[in-house]
Amino acid sequence: MKTSPGDPNPLDHEPPAELQRLQEERLLKAWAAPKGWRYWSEVNNTQVGLWYTATAFLFFLFGGVLALFIRIQLAQPGNDFLSAETYNQVFTVHGSVMMFLFAIPIFESIAVIFLPQMLGARDLPFPRLSAFGYWCFLIGGVFLCGSIFFDAAPRGGWFMYPPLTSQYQPGIGADIWLLGFSFIEIAAIAAAVELIVGTLKCRPPGMRINLIPLYCWYVLVAAAMVLFAFPPLIAGSMLMEIERAFHWPFFDPAGGGDPLLWQHLFWLFGHPEVYIIFLPSVALIAMIVPTFARRPIVGYGWIVLAAVGTGFLSFGLWVHHMFTTGLPGISIGLFSAASEAVAIPTGVQIFCFIATLAAGRLVKSTPMLFTFGGLATFVVGGLTGVMVALAPFDFQAHDSYFIVGHLHYVLIGGTIFPILAGLYYFFPLINGKKLSDKLGKAAFWITFTGFNVTFLPMHLTGLLGMPRRVFTYPAGLGFDTLNLVSSIGAFVLAIGFAVILWDVVRPKRKEPLSERNPWGAGTLEWLQQMPAKPWGVRSIPEIDSRYPLWDQPNFLRDVDQGRFYLPDAEEQGRETIVTTAIDAQPVQVLQLPGPSFVTLWAALTIGGFFIFGTYHQWGFALLSAMAAVGVIFYWMWTGTAIIPKKSERDVGLGLKLPLYASGSASVGWWAMFITMLADFTAFVSLVFGYFFYWTIHHDFPPDPTPGPGVFWPCLGAALALGSWALTALAQRWNRQGRAAPFYAGVLVAASLATAAAAALLAGPWLTGLDPKTHVYPAMVWLLTIWAALHLLIGVLMQFYTLARRLAGKMTAAHDTDISTVTLYWHFVAITIVITVAVIAGFPLVN
Amino acid sequence: MLVGASALCLVGCAGQQSALDPAGRDAERIAHLFWWMASGAAIIWIAVACLTFYSIRRPTAAMSARQARLFIIGGGALMPTLVLAGLLIYGLALLPELLAPAPEGSLRIKVAAEQWWWRVRYRLPEGGETELANEIRIPVGEPVEFELESHDVIHSFWIPALGGKMDMIPGRKTRLVLHPTRTGVFRGVCAEYCGVAHALMAFDVVVMETEEFTSWLNQQSQPAAETTEPSALHGREFFFANGCSACHAIRGTTADGIVGPDLTHVGSRMSLGAGTVPNEPGAFIRWIQQTDKIKPGVHMPHFRMLPPEELHALEAYLESLK
Repeated sequence: MKTSPGDPNPLDHEPPAELQRLQEERLLKAWAAPKGWRYWSEVNNTQVGLWYTATAFLFFLFGGVLALFIRIQLAQPGNDFLSAETYNQVFTVHGSVMMFLFAIPIFESIAVIFLPQMLGARDLPFPRLSAFGYWCFLIGGVFLCGSIFFDAAPRGGWFMYPPLTSQYQPGIGADIWLLGFSFIEIAAIAAAVELIVGTLKCRPPGMRINLIPLYCWYVLVAAAMVLFAFPPLIAGSMLMEIERAFHWPFFDPAGGGDPLLWQHLFWLFGHPEVYIIFLPSVALIAMIVPTFARRPIVGYGWIVLAAVGTGFLSFGLWVHHMFTTGLPGISIGLFSAASEAVAIPTGVQIFCFIATLAAGRLVKSTPMLFTFGGLATFVVGGLTGVMVALAPFDFQAHDSYFIVGHLHYVLIGGTIFPILAGLYYFFPLINGKKLSDKLGKAAFWITFTGFNVTFLPMHLTGLLGMPRRVFTYPAGLGFDTLNLVSSIGAFVLAIGFAVILWDVVRPKRKEPLSERNPWGAGTLEWLQQMPAKPWGVRSIPEIDSRYPLWDQPNFLRDVDQGRFYLPDAEEQGRETIVTTAIDAQPVQVLQLPGPSFVTLWAALTIGGFFIFGTYHQWGFALLSAMAAVGVIFYWMWTGTAIIPKKSERDVGLGLKLPLYASGSASVGWWAMFITMLADFTAFVSLVFGYFFYWTIHHDFPPDPTPGPGVFWPCLGAALALGSWALTALAQRWNRQGRAAPFYAGVLVAASLATAAAAALLAGPWLTGLDPKTHVYPAMVWLLTIWAALHLLIGVLMQFYTLARRLAGKMTAAHDTDISTVTLYWHFVAITIVITVAVIAGFPLVN
Repeated sequence: MLVGASALCLVGCAGQQSALDPAGRDAERIAHLFWWMASGAAIIWIAVACLTFYSIRRPTAAMSARQARLFIIGGGALMPTLVLAGLLIYGLALLPELLAPAPEGSLRIKVAAEQWWWRVRYRLPEGGETELANEIRIPVGEPVEFELESHDVIHSFWIPALGGKMDMIPGRKTRLVLHPTRTGVFRGVCAEYCGVAHALMAFDVVVMETEEFTSWLNQQSQPAAETTEPSALHGREFFFANGCSACHAIRGTTADGIVGPDLTHVGSRMSLGAGTVPNEPGAFIRWIQQTDKIKPGVHMPHFRMLPPEELHALEAYLESLK
């Protein structure tokens, strides 16, 4: 065990029993879930995570039933079980549900449950944000899945290629997809912000960056990928919805648009997405293998490096989904090579697991069975992946059933089996009981057999020439029997899942509770008592090892008796410790917000905007958006940056920590920073669109340049930069306690920003750019509106800081609000400068 | 292993639409690449499985930290790097050949995809073009370049037995060069999901001897055959009376519709409805009566209301268009 000098030891004597009892009482009071219908206002990670996971599994079952429909239809040639129209909705919804309503949410939901436990934190830093994300997910998901019962579901495939989806599918299906998933993607980004800040800032003291459990590393990488992968899709969805609703020709060649831009934006999301799904599932394996090999993981550093490397590489591979679009050979070759390269970090991870098994002694168990099944399957998917990444082979395999086989080996092997391993492994932490070993083993062999019978033949089916996404096929081409075999396998697979479902839901009242840490694991989540107490950990430990339960003596006793940090809830409020990002030095006690329905209201109003938008009821949509702004302000006002009654909290072991932090020390600042990274990525995607059109047109901007001219954009930029500078100055004046300059500064800044938005919009308006005529004016308008919208949101924030100071909720010493708003303005300033450089400057140099 | 695989292939891989039963240079190269990769993948999978099995069953004690590190670097990083480098060299070396344009003077065929059929235009040796639909015939042993485009949604042109596929994208022109090596009848399909009837957007491909091809093309470029058979002549009247000519063209008559497939020689085609119904006796009647049933989403309306004698006459006329 490595302890560094100066690390405090736990108390060397047991605190008096009476004190322990009082502490537990206070903790329980602070963390107890509300009763009755108010239960649904709970925001604590263990409850929200549970709803989140259960809902994701329900959507998985829904997607699974759709898959069975597909397999019934394809069981024989010329079948008429489903009509073509229905089949097209079924396969679209199957893919979309599995990707957006199961794979992404399940990663985030499992992380929401277990991340705090693994980090010895009482909760994540923004519990209400998790709850908000959950409600968005539920509303959006039900809306999407429900549409299929009204024959109104999206039918453009989960990839939604225009012009089919932008011009040839008039119903609301495509709008449901575009707006519904944008809504859910926003929720996913919210969850990513939560998980990143949680991993970086809410670790237990002493858990330096090299001691972080591997699961958390993987989650950190995957969440960071969400930030950069989802915005291009959101930007693309925005373009397509604007084309559908207002006829701006982004993807219409008749107006200078190009359907390939969608493919670039979609796969810039779509390829990293595969790894966003895959990495957190491998992460479960990385937790399970050491436990059953009875030794620490071998090659910790290698695994971290491989995970980060995979994350980076995955953003450079998207073109391999477009090998048959007629790209030049040099691009095809380069992206082929890059795609092959990603096999290397994946190989490293798998060999680390094998090495861990080789260096330890394996204890057999159901979770390990699913782990082995997952690895065996995933390696097949990886090897066929190497094959299709090679462009010449992809020319044949692309869009054939070979790909259907390949992707299910990757996703089921790399994701579903590890998640099932995780289910059997972690279940005792959920309700204190183990799942049945017998049912688990049976379920494994049934699912494993069913899976291979279904998907192995598909490789051959594809090479015999069966394309994907066909509702039927003629007899006699050699794949009749293969399809029948796949269909039979699908039902075997379904029986396996039914067994697992039964194991989870069957009544377990009469069964004894599992013992604590039933698998003999070494990581912090296994501190949990059986059944769980709502407070997470009894006291927050000082960590000196990757496997503290194995390495730190008397660890359980010390945690349970409250010999570590924060064993009490003095004011009966929810609190957790904030530490520094690298060294995990404790710096703050964070007071966490409690239960509230405001998260549900925020989700309902924002959801209203998207759902009304789907029906092109823009009036109601706008009203709903305004209501959402109101709800969010109420949420911020009542739930964030609260000035604590005391300035410090004695957390025990001689450590006193401040209760308030500002600037980059506060978690709110980090959340804003990370959110704005995602926002900025969406903006960059739009700029990418502008230059993409430049590359495909000889005259972009058209000559003579029709607008927006130089004057108005530059005036707008000057005014916006003035507003930005004044906001930064106002922050300084506030800190210096100079009220009058602060108020005046913020007011002038807000006026400047409003004028800036008007000046920016005046550019295309006064030069008469009509966005419906050509993609150039459409792109200029879009960038301008994006910039103006950011300015106006910035104005709202400026007024917010004004009101906070007037109300005494922000002071010279407690200035989180203005420092976070200033950070927002830094990003706005960059956005404006780039926008103006593109729309006003580029036409000059071009 | 390769021998075993080839034997298996002979039984299980044959088919008009099979990429593993190649009838063209490009498909042959790719099938070869596939068999090499599949065998390599099988060996690697077995090796990893054996390693895992050995790791959990080995009788002796732990692997040392140093051994473990070597194992991870060697097995996880070094081995894949070497294998992939070799594979990339082999695989990418095929690219220039697969993507090269056809030599000057080669046969060029323009194919435009429509929802859900294929408009095929042959450049004639004597200059000019002739438009056909849903069937492509090419001479064996000569490169042929397809100029691909689409005016509605994205489609993809795929004849698995001859080579890889190429997307047809509105606003862009793409091309695909194929090199048929043996004669026969094959099947091409649309590989990119293109809407309701995507599954029913296929075409017949006939690879012929060169002389045979030349006379076929010559025959196809002629105006429609004049028929003298009475029922066919009746059918011809019904054809115009029912407005068929608004969408279909028949060269040599006043039918000059451009929305639907050219029917000048439709009687000689192997199938109807873009590879959906084999062109056997009765096929025309079935198709005209229930287009919507046979091919959901199809833009051609059904003519269920036509009396049987009109249908029979129409069939006689269309069949006469050889």
